[in-house]
Amino acid sequence: MKTLSTLFKNNIREYGMLIALIAIMLFFQFQTGGILFKPVNITNLVLQNSYVITMALGMLLIIVSGWIDLSVGSVVAVVGSLAGVLIVRYNVDWVVTVVICLLVGAAIGAFQGYWIAYLKIPAFIVTLAGMLVFRGLTFVLLQGESVGPFPVGFQKISSGFIPDIFNYPGFHMTTMVIGVLLSAVLIVLDMRARKNQQKYGFEVTPVYFSVIKNVAITAAVLGLCYLMASYKGIPDVLVLLFVLITGYAFITSTTTIGRRIYAMGGNEKAARLSGVNTPRLLFYTFVNMGVLAALAGLIVAARLNSATPNAGDGMELDVIAACFIGGASASGGIGTVIGAVVGAFMIGVLNNGMSIVGLGIDWQKVVKGVVLLVAVLFDVYNKNKNV
Amino acid sequence: MSDVILEMRNITKIFPGVKALDNVSFSVRQGEIHALVGENGAGKSTLMKVLSGVYPHGSYSGEIYFQGKECKFQDIHHSEEVGLVIIHQELALIPFLSIAENMFLGNERAKNGVIDWNESFSKTKELLDRVGLHELPSTLITNMGVGKQQLVEIAKALAKKVKLLILDEPTASLNDNDSEKLLDLLLQFKAHGISSILISHKLSEVNKVADSITILRDGTTIETLDCQKDKITEDRIIRGMVGRDLIHRFPPRDSKIGETIFEIRDWNVYHPLHEDRKVSNNINITVRKGEVVGISGLMGAGRTELAMSIFGRAYGTRISGTAYKNGREINISTIDKAISNGIAYATEDRKAYGLVLIREIKDNITLANLEAISDGGVVINEPKEMTVTSEYRDKLNIKCSSIRQLAVNLSGGNQQKVVLSKWLFADPEILILDEPTRGIDVGAKYEIYTIINRLASEGKGIIFISSELPEILGICDRIYVMRDGKIVGEMPASQASQEIIMKHIMTEQEVMA
Repeated sequence: MKTLSTLFKNNIREYGMLIALIAIMLFFQFQTGGILFKPVNITNLVLQNSYVITMALGMLLIIVSGWIDLSVGSVVAVVGSLAGVLIVRYNVDWVVTVVICLLVGAAIGAFQGYWIAYLKIPAFIVTLAGMLVFRGLTFVLLQGESVGPFPVGFQKISSGFIPDIFNYPGFHMTTMVIGVLLSAVLIVLDMRARKNQQKYGFEVTPVYFSVIKNVAITAAVLGLCYLMASYKGIPDVLVLLFVLITGYAFITSTTTIGRRIYAMGGNEKAARLSGVNTPRLLFYTFVNMGVLAALAGLIVAARLNSATPNAGDGMELDVIAACFIGGASASGGIGTVIGAVVGAFMIGVLNNGMSIVGLGIDWQKVVKGVVLLVAVLFDVYNKNKNV
Repeated sequence: MSDVILEMRNITKIFPGVKALDNVSFSVRQGEIHALVGENGAGKSTLMKVLSGVYPHGSYSGEIYFQGKECKFQDIHHSEEVGLVIIHQELALIPFLSIAENMFLGNERAKNGVIDWNESFSKTKELLDRVGLHELPSTLITNMGVGKQQLVEIAKALAKKVKLLILDEPTASLNDNDSEKLLDLLLQFKAHGISSILISHKLSEVNKVADSITILRDGTTIETLDCQKDKITEDRIIRGMVGRDLIHRFPPRDSKIGETIFEIRDWNVYHPLHEDRKVSNNINITVRKGEVVGISGLMGAGRTELAMSIFGRAYGTRISGTAYKNGREINISTIDKAISNGIAYATEDRKAYGLVLIREIKDNITLANLEAISDGGVVINEPKEMTVTSEYRDKLNIKCSSIRQLAVNLSGGNQQKVVLSKWLFADPEILILDEPTRGIDVGAKYEIYTIINRLASEGKGIIFISSELPEILGICDRIYVMRDGKIVGEMPASQASQEIIMKHIMTEQEVMA
């Protein structure tokens, strides 16, 4: 059996990240005089970061593949403006518009992916071009002005909450029930995984560690649900995020597709000579990114309730930073979905906390840059120590 | 003793948990070529790093005397100043700079930071003449072959007024012709009073040029043999290296050869960049069940190119020809089709093409056949994966702390076993092995040969590509000889000898045995 300290050493990246996130949250909770953990602010935190997290999922796959996508901020803008033009100017039904926009996102991804995967142009160049092209097209579509407002149904994409079936006054009971159910499911899954590991004779963590872990997770889930239940309940966007995060975590960690992406990023030639169709895999990685960027574009447009030419400006940097803070390697082959999500939250909490404290946008950028550097330094230091 | 140029006394170097060098003493006489041999991990490179100051004074214990004076090198510049230059296995040349620029890199012929190009070029020309390399000083490194690059490195050492030249496996990636030239150059230097230390796995060349041989094993000096007094045989050296008599360098096997399992006919391949250059010219090859077929030839003869073009057109353009398995034509136009038709290719360059070094051993073993350990071909069944890969670890004797260890942390021999495991797990019927024993030590080579024998006895067809003639002769049933993209000879191993194969390689007319 492993001792706690070796366990910690082997997973120092994951635990270090979480501890840093919690420390930052506590710091701002203190600095803001308790505003950070107010129910309304926690809900806001989720809503504000939903698009960064959505795109971080796609970006992680691209970074693990060994490439980068600089165009996502512009894709957010062009898809948002397309939605605005279709819905507001041409009165297209918003559901139809959402479907069209996601397809357009896929097409954008396919276009860029084709240049990168089959014509072998470096992604940095292709997506830098894409960044300019799609930002330009946004201005063309919107003719330089904002388009809005959107119908209520569309707005609900980012501002809707799950319905409460209990109608308990002042408290969103459904949210709490979901929290309890989710905690129970997580505990059962963890116990089953443990049993499985024991059955096959693999090393398992000590029982007390497992108990501590489950108590901590349950407390976090219930605490979060309680806070959100005290406001308006679980936002629709959070449900969407939950589905996406679990889905992508599953794909990357336990499917053949995920395994092949990591192999491709680790050594493209070796993967190809092992029968992995690397051009096709890379192509679809970019298609996937296009769809997720389009989804993020819709969420942004719905949240602003208008399509503006500058939507998503600079967002690619937050998304990329989230992946690197979360432990992804710039040379490919390394990185996890959970890491990227924690990285995105880190950036989100920093943005949110610093705004509440009243730190100017100028210094906010400085702080974010330093955090990115320190996180990567931490990685490099750890890597050298382990060799 | 006045004729001793270098003396290292009682060198001990400890890494966390490992004693890499244990009280090693080593001395080189003025004007001799001193070979340093030993298995991988015996401590040869560590000893040379101590000598050249890569590990600075103080990080080891013991004393170094060079030309009678005690030396306490702090870094590599320090040791170069006194005339001690080391040339590493991986060449340290900048590919997109010219020979002249590389020659004086860090040591530029300059006044006040402005480079004097006339002087640089004329000095470079002089140095190139001394090593017998006839290239313009303005030639870019990237446009030269490895053999010539090696000569540039040596010329660079001369520019530093070298007194003792250390070469770490200088011929590992050279063909026989270039190796020969390089060794002659060492002999020439010797005549001019420059001493050399030669680290090499190739015992034949050690035997050819060395005046003395020091054998290291497990971080200690075993013995120093004087080649001038008595004739030293290769077997004698090997005995010192492995600590026992290796009676059989190749495991015995009795071949049970069956029907033809694989055949390629009229195979033509063109170079991917120089599109009018044929790299495989009208090649016909057959492999039978249980047979090990060798492909011999010099580096650049087109062996790897042929193998990779067969393996799903992984190399070359305008490929034409047909492939047959068990008499039926098969489609091997992409790598996954080749794999699903039962063909596997284990590359000569395991780090660049064979392994995903930053991933775990188990991930590497299952990469070519992920479907076999997944539910529904999509969701990986981890317990199954662990069980399967553990089996291969035991069967091929991969030395590792865990099957989850990263491939990058394995020794060369064990990495090669991981590559082999990957292809064995893909369960091929025809296995192409490209230089499977390159850069691995005698013991691990023997294990690889044993695995090959076992596969053959299971009825698989094996194509074995190697530059080492003894190895080809030792384990193959039948041998093809390649030159300039053509098959220029074919013979049963029983009728082959090194001389016969070399004759096929060297002579222009095509002799069929």
